[in-house]
Amino acid sequence: MDLIATALPALNDAFAMILQPHVIGYLILGVCMGLAIGVFPGLGGIAGLSLLLPFMFGMEPLTGLALMVGMVAVVPTSDTFASVLMGIPGSSASQATVLDGFPMAKKGQAARALSAAFASSLFGGLVGAAFLTIFILAARPIVLLFKTPELLMITIFGLSMVGILAGRVAIKGIVAACLGLLVGTIGEGASAGELRMSSYDWPYLTDGLKLVIVGLGIFAIPEIVALLRQDKAISDRAPLGGGWAEGVKDWWANKWLSVRCSLIGVLVGVIPGLGGSVVDWIAYGHTVQTAKDKSEFGKGDVRGVIGPESSNNAKEGGGLVPTLLFGIPGSGSMAIFISAIALLGTGQIEVGPSMLKNNLDFTYAIVWLLALANVVGTLICIAASGGIAKLTSIRFALLAPFLFMIIAFAAFQSNQDIMDLVALFAIGFLGILMRRFDWSRPAFLIGFVLSDPAETYANQAVQIANSRFRKGFGEGLEYIFSPIVIVLIIITVISVVVGLRQAKNIMAEGDVKSGTKRAPMIFLLVVFAYVIAAFWNASLIPDHASADRVFPRFVASVGLVGCAILMIQMMMRPETHPLFSDREKQDAEDNTFGLWPTLAWFAGLLVLTSLVGFILALGVFLFSFMIWRAGKSPVFAAVYTAAGIAFICSMASLLNRDFPAGMLQSAVDLPWPLK
Amino acid sequence: MSLSIFTRRAALALAASAAMATGASAGGHGINLEGKTVEWIIPFSETGGSAKWANFYAPLLSEALPGAPTVVVKFMPGAGSTKGANWFQEQQYEDGTVIFGSSGSTQFPYLLDDPRVKYEYNDWNVVLASGTGGVAYLPPALAEKVAGGGASAIAGEDFIYGSQGATRLDLVPLLAWEMLGLNVEPVFGIKGRGDGRLMFERGEANIDYQTSSSYLKGVTPLVEAGTASPWFSFGALDADGNITRDPTFPDMPTFKEVCEATDGCETSGEKWDAWKAFFVAGFPAQKMVFLPAGASKDAMVTYTKAFEDIKARGDFAEISEARLGVYPQMTGAEATTALASATQVPDSAKSFVVNWLSERYGVTLN
Repeated sequence: MDLIATALPALNDAFAMILQPHVIGYLILGVCMGLAIGVFPGLGGIAGLSLLLPFMFGMEPLTGLALMVGMVAVVPTSDTFASVLMGIPGSSASQATVLDGFPMAKKGQAARALSAAFASSLFGGLVGAAFLTIFILAARPIVLLFKTPELLMITIFGLSMVGILAGRVAIKGIVAACLGLLVGTIGEGASAGELRMSSYDWPYLTDGLKLVIVGLGIFAIPEIVALLRQDKAISDRAPLGGGWAEGVKDWWANKWLSVRCSLIGVLVGVIPGLGGSVVDWIAYGHTVQTAKDKSEFGKGDVRGVIGPESSNNAKEGGGLVPTLLFGIPGSGSMAIFISAIALLGTGQIEVGPSMLKNNLDFTYAIVWLLALANVVGTLICIAASGGIAKLTSIRFALLAPFLFMIIAFAAFQSNQDIMDLVALFAIGFLGILMRRFDWSRPAFLIGFVLSDPAETYANQAVQIANSRFRKGFGEGLEYIFSPIVIVLIIITVISVVVGLRQAKNIMAEGDVKSGTKRAPMIFLLVVFAYVIAAFWNASLIPDHASADRVFPRFVASVGLVGCAILMIQMMMRPETHPLFSDREKQDAEDNTFGLWPTLAWFAGLLVLTSLVGFILALGVFLFSFMIWRAGKSPVFAAVYTAAGIAFICSMASLLNRDFPAGMLQSAVDLPWPLK
Repeated sequence: MSLSIFTRRAALALAASAAMATGASAGGHGINLEGKTVEWIIPFSETGGSAKWANFYAPLLSEALPGAPTVVVKFMPGAGSTKGANWFQEQQYEDGTVIFGSSGSTQFPYLLDDPRVKYEYNDWNVVLASGTGGVAYLPPALAEKVAGGGASAIAGEDFIYGSQGATRLDLVPLLAWEMLGLNVEPVFGIKGRGDGRLMFERGEANIDYQTSSSYLKGVTPLVEAGTASPWFSFGALDADGNITRDPTFPDMPTFKEVCEATDGCETSGEKWDAWKAFFVAGFPAQKMVFLPAGASKDAMVTYTKAFEDIKARGDFAEISEARLGVYPQMTGAEATTALASATQVPDSAKSFVVNWLSERYGVTLN
């Protein structure tokens, strides 16, 4: 009763604060900026908030909050465009949307997929806000129940989603996840700072690979290259009429799924330390597991869009709990959000444990600004989706260079090192091969995302548990097997068993025919070699730093067993077995261009960038691509090139960024943007 | 570091401070930055504490510099900030539009001769040094036992401490726990001090420290709620380089006082010197702003004056308190002294720490 007595007036104050014309005006401004940035793959809340930061100093707190919340809230809405239309995860929040959204776009149902996604996003955002309004009062003690063993179990539960996304040959999916986990361990270990698969002579890898690069590389590059090779539009048939109304109807038909996934989103978002980057996968897994007819997943089932999209906006709301109540940012954009709040007004809003006591009205204002931003953003997106969906009927050769330019720019933001582009290209090549041989890319990505939390929490839990066991056996057991952990273990076991049984039906990579034995075998051997190398490399870590050794060695051991089993199976089974899936055979008729000539274009851009810098290389790349690959006139090519370069330059100048420099730039001093 | 390099550094620092002193008193003409864009390089990502610090100063600096240039904060993260610092080392002074913000995490690898360090603090020109303090705290039950005395009363406890890594700023508290004879097991792998506090709140860790402003924001509410109790502050430096009580926490004993009251903890000798040297490098002179090598006297005067003007703003105390905490913001000769104390650690202290890191944690930096 006490709680309600404090909450109701604060809620009342919050609404009085929000519902002022200028606050709503700033919110809409923020929403529009967020949509404009979120639409470009790889650029999310971090880029947008950095853009706003300079204006935050001394700004009236409420308007500043409206602007920032408006921007943050809609990024997981607008990034859906790239996920559905291009098969490119716009941000980590909508990776799972790609699985069914993109096949729908290919079937000409882009508008339907988009509106279903937006309706789910909106609903998720509102459910999230409503839930938070009550939950936030009781959140602190509940969140504190999630200690390291609980966090580890949630991470493992996230990893168990690999089961359902493993593809037709389960062991291939498991090896793919191991590979993702191993790639995630590259660089300095979190515990003792020992290097894994990297060296100080090669400093780039010591910081590890960033999610934006791996996400774009593993999903975006393979799709761009595959579509380019077919030289058609994305959608292979005319768009169906009345798409958007149908999408909303789809959402309504699955409203309970949407409710469940929204709650998953808020709850996982609430837990600090996981950052919610796997929320969409968990929601996808849940969607598949609870569906009766699973045959269409991965080929364009609208439920595969509704599930993850309901969860990702709700997650933003959940993420406010660790951010506001503990002062611990759940994600990169939340970290900037915290530091921006300190700049507002006279700095009177102090994020952290005192937030609820001193600023409950502001807390509620933020929660409901977020909900309101979702409403505004969704309406704008639905209005725009019909038009934007037409992109899928444009010949892809005209889109691809532009997309590649944006992706390269986004990737370069992670370290501002030309190696970012090399890494993007390398991971992209791995993605192409995984797609070709039907190795689950979602499994790889889940492994990558969860590698760091899995390793860190495992090490910490073991260390703390040991200390408890030294105090007493009972105390140790109590620490490890708390009721929450036991419940999570049960859920995980069920999810794995059910998942593996159903995995055969869910083709994360679509239906892929088998080819000859040779190519899939070679790819397996290369993966095998990397896993062996990772095992050997981890074994070199000395005993005093064993915390950095255990995890990569364990994962590599699992990977080695998996590879060995695959090897034996490959020797025993006939060529027609799904083990030997090879997309080159399947798409042979559709492909106008070979893989290597297509890749050579991008490799050319990379090499040229290392010589003369990004902008000059981009000019040459865009122009010659239009002339020789797209077969356009020099005038068209020149206009296209100018537009592309003007676009990327204005983007970079807004965000205060430079472009990758080449050897030319180290020899000669050039003005921006050439420098 | 060999003796000769040390002397060279000291000589350079002397020369630099002499140049500064004359520059400031001669009151050079200053530079005008009208229509220019000043790039402030931060060798961390946009999400860290240095970003917060730079984002606070950037708009103020823009107002205070002659010609009101645009000041943009540029982030250049990588290799624990050594990447950005190495980049800055390669910059030559041109027109005063490139400045660099370093942090304790940039200073420590430099002091510990990390092989990745290719930068030299004495080549740079300091125009601002921002300090901070730190507070150690305990669960109330344990804090009661040590109230008003040394640490001996809790020497038998098993402590868990969430740490970012033994070679980071955490070196200072880790060494402090050890000097007090505490049996502390650091749990590595946390991503920031906020995570350490969370671990304490969850009851997994039972000893922790926070910098002053994080303490005020994050731990004071816990103290009020009765789930945490302050133990000691690391202290502050007076003008002569002595450790005194932290002006933000005048009621808290300093680490030095606690150490003196604890059997077996010495406030002299190589261990103490090492702790003090790294404490100074990590806290009272934690964040600094530099102009690159070869900066003109005029540029130094201009930037020093700009930061002095910011400090002299009527509302500075008010606007900085919530965002930076009550830290000393040093300019001119004070900043030069701070730089010297933060980057010139006696060889004995350094080799003690290097040894201690390798024996206690198996960390070698080569």
